[in-house]
Amino acid sequence: MANKAYQRTYTQLSAITKATVSLHAAHVSNDELAVVDGRLAQVVKTKGEDVTLQVFSGTEGIPTNAEVSFIGAPPSLKVSEQLSGRFFDAYGRPIDGGPEPEGEEREIGGPSVNPYKRRQPSELIPTGIAGIDLNNTLVSGQKIPFFADPDQPYNRVMADVALRADVDKIILGGMGLSNDDYLFFRHQFEAAGALDRIVCFINTTENPPVERLLIPDMALTAAEYFAVDKNEKVLVLLTDMTLYADALSIVSNRMDQIPSKDSMPGSLYSDLAKIYEKAVQLPSGGSITIIAVTTLNDGDITHAIPDNTGYITEGQLFLRADSDSGCVIVDPFRSLSRLKQLVQGKKTREDHSQVMNAGVRLYADAQNAKTKLENGFDLSDYDLRCLDYAKEYATRLLSIDVNIRIDEMLDTAWELFGKYFSPAETGIKQALVDKYWKWQ
Amino acid sequence: MATTGKVTGIVSNLVTVQVDGPVAENELCQVYLGDTPLLAEVIKVNGDKAAVQVFESTRGLQGGDKVEFLGRMLEVTLGPGLLSSTYDGLENNLATMEGVFLKRGEYTAPLDHSRKWDFKPLAAPGDKVSAASWLGEVQEGWLPHKIMVPFSFKGEFTVKEVAAEGSYTIDETIAVLLDEEGEEVPVTMTQKWPAKIAVKAYREKPRPQKIMETGVRVIDSFNPIAEGGTGFIPGPFGCGKTVLQHAIAKQGEADVIVMAACGERANEVVEIFTEFPELVDPHTGRKLMERTTIICNTSNMPVAAREASVYTAMTICEYYRAMGLRCLLLADSTSRWAQALREMSNRMEELPGADAFPVDLSAIISNFYARAGMVILNNGEQGAVTFIGTVSPAGGNLKEPVTESTKKAARCFYALEQNRADQKRYPAVNPIESYSKYLEYPEICDYLNSRIEEDWVGRVLKAKNYVRRGREMADQINILGDDGVPVSYHEAFWKSELIDYAFLQQDAFDAIDALCPMERQKFMLDLLLDICGREFRFDDYEKCRAFFKELINDLRQMNYSEWESEDFWAYKEQISKQIAENGK
Repeated sequence: MANKAYQRTYTQLSAITKATVSLHAAHVSNDELAVVDGRLAQVVKTKGEDVTLQVFSGTEGIPTNAEVSFIGAPPSLKVSEQLSGRFFDAYGRPIDGGPEPEGEEREIGGPSVNPYKRRQPSELIPTGIAGIDLNNTLVSGQKIPFFADPDQPYNRVMADVALRADVDKIILGGMGLSNDDYLFFRHQFEAAGALDRIVCFINTTENPPVERLLIPDMALTAAEYFAVDKNEKVLVLLTDMTLYADALSIVSNRMDQIPSKDSMPGSLYSDLAKIYEKAVQLPSGGSITIIAVTTLNDGDITHAIPDNTGYITEGQLFLRADSDSGCVIVDPFRSLSRLKQLVQGKKTREDHSQVMNAGVRLYADAQNAKTKLENGFDLSDYDLRCLDYAKEYATRLLSIDVNIRIDEMLDTAWELFGKYFSPAETGIKQALVDKYWKWQ
Repeated sequence: MATTGKVTGIVSNLVTVQVDGPVAENELCQVYLGDTPLLAEVIKVNGDKAAVQVFESTRGLQGGDKVEFLGRMLEVTLGPGLLSSTYDGLENNLATMEGVFLKRGEYTAPLDHSRKWDFKPLAAPGDKVSAASWLGEVQEGWLPHKIMVPFSFKGEFTVKEVAAEGSYTIDETIAVLLDEEGEEVPVTMTQKWPAKIAVKAYREKPRPQKIMETGVRVIDSFNPIAEGGTGFIPGPFGCGKTVLQHAIAKQGEADVIVMAACGERANEVVEIFTEFPELVDPHTGRKLMERTTIICNTSNMPVAAREASVYTAMTICEYYRAMGLRCLLLADSTSRWAQALREMSNRMEELPGADAFPVDLSAIISNFYARAGMVILNNGEQGAVTFIGTVSPAGGNLKEPVTESTKKAARCFYALEQNRADQKRYPAVNPIESYSKYLEYPEICDYLNSRIEEDWVGRVLKAKNYVRRGREMADQINILGDDGVPVSYHEAFWKSELIDYAFLQQDAFDAIDALCPMERQKFMLDLLLDICGREFRFDDYEKCRAFFKELINDLRQMNYSEWESEDFWAYKEQISKQIAENGK
């Protein structure tokens, strides 16, 4: 973004913090971009003629006589079909050595869809993973994060889900991605021959953290172009939203805002909601589905970031290592897809929701039995059956390594019920038992 | 001359304005972004500087931009046509907006000005009337919608003339009143009222007398909410707050339902206006949408309008209450509204209270809850606003300012529990910690005992006690082991499980089980109390468990069967047989 003749330029900074600079300037618009000493910055506060700018790449080495020139517009992205198959940085500049894409310039972080113009999500997104399809079915237009400890293979699962899902475009927004993970995604997409339907906006750990704040808006502006203008089904992957929130807290801290819970800004809920609520099913058939990653600290979902996320998103997929079966599983207790009832039994077999509930309830009984066992009590016959069931249920259905069709998942569940339990113990409606029960 | 001003400072949606004349607290103004006016509200004045919260994004706004003050507070437009509409927090009609995206500065009329309504006069020339007196009525869907003397009229008026029966638009004069000085005042079918001020045009507000049925067993039987009462549902995410609220909205025994989606997911609102037009009101057989108004300010819509949305919703309820109707207001979630207050307070650099919320949070919440209630209108008729709000406590911890403040203000408490939700025991309302203060009202108890059966309240408390006992026994069993306790402990535990599975749990997605009328609730509770009152003989705890599991299964099948159908009685028969076989 080269300087133009009419740009307003200043050379006297009045204050510098690690993330912001302040100066006297006139006719500055809120949210407008500026270049400070060659680095991009955005107006976050004006008070009279005092203007505070957030410098995305940090203020290291910026002198008080640095040149500041205002660009007169908020951050934007040029959108067109040329975005397909490309890798960009947080500012939308190519990092794959290709040419700058051309297209219509759109402001990022634009307005919301009128809720009245939305449609109810109703299309199933099958992933082959039973912990998702059977227990927490995904629907297009949904927004759902993986909650996972940093040692869980969430990026791998997310790449699997993305490549198996039947969508027109996959847009990856990588925030604080390690360089290895970035290369992993790149390799996965290339290996699957899916590059032509992928757009990536990448901020790696090598880039300044505040730059991450632009990534979700960049990714979603591209997503809205494909979903709204082109009526395509778009899947947006955002990893890792915890690092995004951390960047928010850095900026708010530098601006002397009073922190709320867990030293996060008081506006965290609204800031996250603005991103996640971009997920939408449009009347024209286009849709934006968001799958995100929120890394947890030792499984703690009461921390402000996962907590606020949970209130915004339509469920969460909780990954955990299961010691009994030795697999990484999608935890059936902590995971939830709020939209699942829109497709279960409607786009899938009639017994889906009852089978799902019975399966989880029996798994819960197994956990109780396990507690008894750990406390040194004798186990009843039912307890023992539950434990055997749980092991097989975890291995054959909950594990993230499973890749089967939904009907097969249901059949597997009936097979396990028949193997370990009586119909009454499952509590399933008699009509369904009559039709599907597998006597053994 | 109207006061004007200039923008001098911007932090997100908080804008400081230098003003050239008088401004009022909560006065509205328009901040001009080029030619586009953005609506804003004064929240603080200091010297000639007014702090205003803009109800839209302030992107692109500059110091020096023009501001015009409007000389009024945020008002709600009231009149026929509010029902089955979808509004944003500022009462803009979302259905008539153009394009897929919300445009800044696009404001649409709440009511249809061209539609004609069939008007029937109720007052006659010479009648003495005052604010909220009924002048006539129009048919809004299946509800008689009263056309009233505007709430803002002070003092007594004499009716000079009332329009004859016929079709009129909301802007045509339907009555002319004479004030105390003899001046003529025209009245149309529409009026405006400031959202943040309670409508007080009624004779008195007595204590509630009866309960509002919801068809949800754990509410109606265990913790009933009164008509004109208040309740709140706190719970961590994923515990079924929204499902429970939607169940109440679908089945609540009320004439008018207003749903305020305040800072929540847009897809939940979509669910309402996709499903409600298809669903039938179980009490009247009419389409649910006909009695429903949606105020939706979802989480991605401007934060400042969240606060406005709950007040707008409450004002609409008060309007229908003044017609002698029973209204139910559901707000999801009041925590988002509190967070909006926090964001503003933070930007104004006020000294924070607990968890950085503003210090007057508690007062704001209790003032709002106080607007609900049953009232006797000036003409002796009754109307009610029942209010149920949800609270989203951070981290699921109920010891946080919004939950604590709400607990002081609301009379019913439906605590959703993570543990129950994890075990898929829905609705996840904790049967022990939840309460309804209305069960302590003698007039409510009298009502329940005469309406349902003799000593109903006593029976409910008895059932609650079985549940409490069962929980204690479960603790003992967990500590001492299955074998370490007498079989009677297991029996007490399983009796509580029986009540839990067959009564407290309810399948909101099952066509039959979702709605359980009072008669059926009474039948089931009597049946369960009968079982729990018996003593059984079991050789060991395994037999005890097996027996009760079998019973639970049959009772659940009963809940899934059509009321008094063949299947229903067959399961009942089977249960009686099992009891007889194992009884002492």
